[in-house]
Amino acid sequence: MDEKRHIISLLVENEFGSLSRIAGLFSARGYNIHCLNVAPTNDVSISRMTLVTFCNDQKIKQLAKQLDKLVDVVNVKDLTEETHIEREMLLLKLKCNKNQRDEVKRLVDIFRARIIDVTDTTYTIELTGVTEKILAFIESMGKIKIIEMVRSGTLGISRGIDSLENIK
Amino acid sequence: MKLSGSQIIIECLKKEGVEFIFGYPGGAVLHIYDALFGDKKIKHVLTRHEQGATHAADGYARACGKPGVVLVTSGPGITNCVTGLATAHMDSVPMIIISGQVSREYVGSDAFQEADATGITRPVTKHNFLVDSRESIAEVFKKAFIIATTGRPGPVLIDIPKDLTDPKTKINFEYPKKVKLRSYKAPISESKLKIEEAAKLLVSAKKPMVYSGGGVILGNAHKELTTLVKTLGYPVTNTLMGLGGYPATDNQFLGMLGMHGTYEANMAMHDCDILFAVGARFDDRVTGDTSKFCPSAKIIHIDVDPSSISKIIEVDLSLVGETSNILKDLNKAVKPHLKKINKSALKKWWTQIDKWRTKKCLSYKKSNKIIKPQSVIETLYDITKGNSYVTSDVGQHQMWAAQYYKFDKPNRWINSGGLGTMGFGLPSAMGVQLAYPKSEVICVTGEASILMCIQELATCLQYRLPIKIINLNNRYMGMVRQWQEFFYEGRYAMSYMEAIPDFAQLASSFGHVGMKIEKPSELKTKLQEAMDLKDRLVFVDVITDQEENVYPMIKSGQAHNEMHLSPTGKDTELA
Repeated sequence: MDEKRHIISLLVENEFGSLSRIAGLFSARGYNIHCLNVAPTNDVSISRMTLVTFCNDQKIKQLAKQLDKLVDVVNVKDLTEETHIEREMLLLKLKCNKNQRDEVKRLVDIFRARIIDVTDTTYTIELTGVTEKILAFIESMGKIKIIEMVRSGTLGISRGIDSLENIK
Repeated sequence: MKLSGSQIIIECLKKEGVEFIFGYPGGAVLHIYDALFGDKKIKHVLTRHEQGATHAADGYARACGKPGVVLVTSGPGITNCVTGLATAHMDSVPMIIISGQVSREYVGSDAFQEADATGITRPVTKHNFLVDSRESIAEVFKKAFIIATTGRPGPVLIDIPKDLTDPKTKINFEYPKKVKLRSYKAPISESKLKIEEAAKLLVSAKKPMVYSGGGVILGNAHKELTTLVKTLGYPVTNTLMGLGGYPATDNQFLGMLGMHGTYEANMAMHDCDILFAVGARFDDRVTGDTSKFCPSAKIIHIDVDPSSISKIIEVDLSLVGETSNILKDLNKAVKPHLKKINKSALKKWWTQIDKWRTKKCLSYKKSNKIIKPQSVIETLYDITKGNSYVTSDVGQHQMWAAQYYKFDKPNRWINSGGLGTMGFGLPSAMGVQLAYPKSEVICVTGEASILMCIQELATCLQYRLPIKIINLNNRYMGMVRQWQEFFYEGRYAMSYMEAIPDFAQLASSFGHVGMKIEKPSELKTKLQEAMDLKDRLVFVDVITDQEENVYPMIKSGQAHNEMHLSPTGKDTELA
C-alpha cells in the first residue's frame, strides 16, 4: 500500500511524560515522525500536538487507535481526512552581502515573507505558509549562503465549526 | 484523619481491598515498610527477587481476578521488575506496582539507587505515574486502580519519591470516591444494531468456527461464551491464553489452535466460512501466515480494546466492549434467529471435523523404557482429575501442559503466553497458592526455566506454600533444541546444559521434599505420592525423553493447513 502524508492532531494532558509516551509509541511500533509541534492551548491543562507522518491507510488507522489508547491522549484526529488548513513557519538566517541584498528583498516580497533582523552581513527572514511554499522559498535562495534555519513543523486546524475539543 | 504519605499508601490499598503485597524492601521504600509493619489486614509476601514478586502478583491476579500489588525499592528494585511488567502487560494482567524513588531533591542527580522508573517502564505498563506531592497520592492510587482493572487490563506503576513518604509530615487523608479521567474511557458494550448484525451473520454460517482467547478469561465471560456456543452448536477452539474459557472435555471443543494446536482446530480455522473471534488478538503464533489466514471466512471480532480490531487481520464486523456484556447481548439476539441455522450444512461440517479428529494428532509413541513428557502431563491430569491450578514456564513443557491437561474451568491455566517469560512458573504458582490456599497448585516446568527463578523456593518455605513442581527434565532447552533440529540441521548451539543440579537435593536443601522419577513404571505411583503430600512443596524431577518434539507444529510463516504431524511426516496430507 502507498504511503501517504498524514497530519495527526492530538490533544494531550499537559503533564510530564506525555510527549515521551507519544514519541515512544512511534518508535516502539516502527512509525516515523516527520515533524512535530507541541504547545499549550487555551485550556492550560491540555497541550495540542501536531505531527506529520508518512504511512499507508492500514497503518494510519492502527496508529490512531494506539494513540487514542494512551491514557494521556484526550483526542486524536487525522486532519488529512477532511478539509483543513495547514501552516508552517520558517526562520531563515542568511549571509547577505551588499550586492545580494536587493535580490533577497525582492524574493521576500514575492513570497510575502518579512525581514525581521538585519546586521552588516546577515538578514533573518520570517515566512509562514504551507510546506511547499516554505520549501520553494528555501530553494529560491540559490547560491545565497544559509547560516541557519528553523522550521516550526506543520500546524494544522480543521475548517469550519469542527474542532478537536468537541469530539469527546 | 491526618496521615503520613506512607500511611496514605497503606490506607489506599486497604480501600481497594488489597490482601497481599508482593515485595522486597530497600532504602527508598523503608518509610512505607515501616508503616506496613505489624499491619493486620494486609499481608506482605517477601519474595527473594523483585522479578519473583512481579510474577507472584501476576499469578495471583490471573487466578483470582483481583489486581496483584507489588512494592519494590528504587533503582535495581524497579529495574528487576521490568520483565515481570512486560509479562503482565503482554497478557493484559491487572497489577499495581509501587516503586520507591529517591527524594525529590535528588531526582535527576544520579543519586544512589536512582533509576528513571517511569521512563524505563513506559513501554511495558498500561500507564505509569511519578507522584509529585503528598496531596496527590490518594488520587493517583484511585486512578491507577481504575486504569489497571478496567477496559483491557494491565500493569500500572506508581513511582513515589522517598521524601513524600516521610512519617514526620502528615496531611489530611480522604480516599476519593471519584476521579477525573477525561482522557481514559473503557468501552462497555456495543450498539443493538451491531449486535443484531452479528447475530444474523453468526446464524448464516455453514462452516462456523469460534476462536476464543484470553479476553474471555480476563473479562470473566466464560459462562456467556459457553452458553452461546452450546446454543449454536458450533465448534470452538481456544488460544493458549484462552484455555479454560470453554470446557476442554466438551465435545464441541476442538483443542487449542495455532503453532502447536490440534489438527482439527487448525483445519477448521482454515476452512471455516464464519470466524467468530472473542477476546483474541490474532497473535502470530495463532495466525501463521496472515495472507493465508482463514481464506474464505467472514470474521466477527469481539474485543475490549479498539486497537486490537483489524490490527493483524482485517475483520468484517467488530464489536468493541466488555466481552461478557457483548456475549450476554448476543445470547439474547441469536435466539429469534436460531431456526435460520442451516442444520444439514452444520452436520456436514461436524462430519468433516470428526474426520480430522480421527487423525489423533496428539497421539505419541509410548515407551516403557523412557518417560515420555506427554505421559507425565496425562498422568498428572488423571491424578488431579483436572481440578488443579497449573502454572508453567516457557518451552516444550508449556506446550505439552497446554495440549494434554484439559482445563474445564477458567483461570486455572496460568502461563506467560505473550512475552514467553522463562522463570514465570514458580513465582506465579506462589501467587496462585496464596489466592487459593486450599487448592492444588502445580508448576509444570523444565530444567532450564526453573533455574531462572529458583530462589523463590525460599519464599515457598517461608509462607509454607505446598506447590507441586513437576520438572520435565530433558537436559536440553527443549524448544530451542527442537527449532535447532528443524531449522539449523541439528546444530544444538548452547541449548544443552553441561551442569544441571540434582534438583531433588536442591529442593531439600531449601527445606522441601525432593523426588526423582526415572522409570515409566514408577511415574504414576510417585506422582500420586507427591500429590498426596498436601502440606509440603514437592519438587518432582522427572527424567524424560531427551529428543521428544512438540507436535503438531505449524512452522513460522506457514498456513493452518500446513501442519507437521509426526517426525517423519513432511507436509502431511493437506485437506
